[in-house]
Amino acid sequence: MSGVGFGAFVRRAHDAGRLVVQPRMGMSSPERMRAGLLATRDTAATTVGTITLDSYTRVGDLDSARLAVLEGVPLNGYPIAGHERATTRAVLDGIHGPGFPVQVRHGSAAPQHIFRALTAVGLDASEGGPVSYCLPYGRVPLRDSVGHWRASCELLAALRDSGAEPHLETFGGCILGQLCPPGLLVAVSVLEAMFFHRHGIRSISVSYAQQTDPRQDAEAVAALRTLCARFLPHTEWHVVVYAYMGLFPETEHGAYALLGKAAELAVASGSERLIVKTVAESRRIPTVAENVAALEHAAAVAARTARAPLEGTGTQTYAEATALVEAVLALDDDLGRALLTAFATGCLDVPYCLHPDNAGFSRSYIDADGRLCWSDIGKMPLTGIADVRPARAITSDELLGALSHVRRRYDRYDQGEPAVL
Amino acid sequence: MSPFPTTPDPGARPVLVAGGISDSHTWNLVYLHLLLEEHGQRVVNLGPCVPEDLLIAEALHRRPALIVVSSVNGHGYHDGMRTVARLREHPELDAVPVVIGGKLGIEGPPGEEEVAALRAAGYDAVFDDSPAGVAAFRRTLAALPQRALV
Ligand code: B12
Repeated sequence: MSGVGFGAFVRRAHDAGRLVVQPRMGMSSPERMRAGLLATRDTAATTVGTITLDSYTRVGDLDSARLAVLEGVPLNGYPIAGHERATTRAVLDGIHGPGFPVQVRHGSAAPQHIFRALTAVGLDASEGGPVSYCLPYGRVPLRDSVGHWRASCELLAALRDSGAEPHLETFGGCILGQLCPPGLLVAVSVLEAMFFHRHGIRSISVSYAQQTDPRQDAEAVAALRTLCARFLPHTEWHVVVYAYMGLFPETEHGAYALLGKAAELAVASGSERLIVKTVAESRRIPTVAENVAALEHAAAVAARTARAPLEGTGTQTYAEATALVEAVLALDDDLGRALLTAFATGCLDVPYCLHPDNAGFSRSYIDADGRLCWSDIGKMPLTGIADVRPARAITSDELLGALSHVRRRYDRYDQGEPAVL
Repeated sequence: MSPFPTTPDPGARPVLVAGGISDSHTWNLVYLHLLLEEHGQRVVNLGPCVPEDLLIAEALHRRPALIVVSSVNGHGYHDGMRTVARLREHPELDAVPVVIGGKLGIEGPPGEEEVAALRAAGYDAVFDDSPAGVAAFRRTLAALPQRALV
């Protein structure tokens, strides 16, 4: 633990009793991107900066990203490989540094070009993973993604030779954003963190995305911490909570109430960092001002919340996650190959995932108490562990109903007042 | 066997469902797949990030009753323009209706000009993101010939 970089910054904030809050911010114009980073830095909260990349750069269609830059077409993120390096250096100039580290967020199953572009401008923090940036993210075969991520981790890890401490965050705690029971989210997050570690990364964060039930979420983060303590020795690691990653409330009061719950989850569970969502989430890319308002709201809720982590073991989520992680690790000494075998045999199986390398037998539902549960475990080694309630095939209305469960609860149009949850 | 999630029923002309060229979101595709099946359609779901060439090859091969392009990542207008321009280069596909919907821009729903441009480029209909958009789409489906429901 070298004391430099993104991970060390977050550690220091946590030791000082503060939650680090971070936006999902990314816009294609360099001027607006710089303004966004400055506003994030100067907000009344402990923050780190984000450059979220556009979808063309994510899928490796750099020609389209460059063309959009030339034609001035606004994109859904910052095209780091489409702008000149000097342009991106100017965006970061005097902003990125030990007191305000900046992370690049993307969503690529083949991120070498992204890692080269970010290291070339002096950055060293990013996120993703061989599974979580493949299965829910397009058409790249899982086998290729594992190879690309191995190479990309090694590329980033090479920065350690020059005294830096590059940082990677798993996206595995999010997967499709919604309707994936927490046991599987925790397992994939832990496995991806181990994958990063085996390929040379020593500063890691593990993600968990807020789901449908606060108690279940708290159990999941506790399970995640217990498993990381076991499987990531001699590593600087922390937990990052994502504010809800599914259909977001449409009302302002609903959006803030849900974000506030995420901040409470983060602090109470002993997590170190939170990625926020804004009031614009349900509709469009947020403005800088909307991001700042979200950061400040989350920080304010965090400041009045006490740390009260649950016991890690002894819960349903812990039992499921442990069984999945242990089963995958037993498949092969090479973790990349183990992950491939796990998906090929259905040992890991993400519900409702369309990717051809996912078995596609598992299914989930939200129970009467709002907890995310399995209706089918497919071939996952969860027999006798998961509480499975078989269900008939879902209709489009039922699917939309399940996807809108959280939105509905927080919007409460019918009551016309903020949800007290 | 098709490599894509497909309604079993080899006889009927299918509906092709495709995510935008750069769009990796899939819940929209899963939802549309179910909705189409409930309206008696056989579906071939091409999944997210569908390149123009793949969509054209599948369309020429399957002669679909309808092509549904869905995009929510904010690039839908530009990706959708590219896709339909390439599709409409193929006279064999002239008679195949193509529609698009979702969250097509990064600043909220597309304006009238953009909708008109999408139609001029070859879409038979453009549906917005609202429940009204989905309702209009359901009416379009009701007008399509259905496969026999058992
Ligand atoms: C879940 C989610 C994800 C998941 C997706 C997992 C997956 N495999 O699907 C993850 C986390 C991976 C993800 C990634 C990204 N996301 Co996203 N995501 C969402 C979120 C939260 C929910 C989407 C969802 O699941 N909807 C469920 C389905 C059923 O509903 P729907 O998509 O809204 O579709 C409805 C209508 O649009 C309509 N519809 C859709 N298509 C069609 C087609 C026709 C013909 C018709 C009639 C109707 C129709 O019918 C559906 C039912 O009502 C939304 C925000 C929100 N809505 O709250 C953002 C959102 C869609 N994402 C967004 C973005 C930008 C991204 C990223 C680029 C990252 C980023 N910059 O933030 C990447 C995408 C990378 C890429 N290459 O495209 C933006 C898009 C912005 C815009 N349009 O202006 C949104 C709106 C968030 C935001 N406000 O910034 N995302």
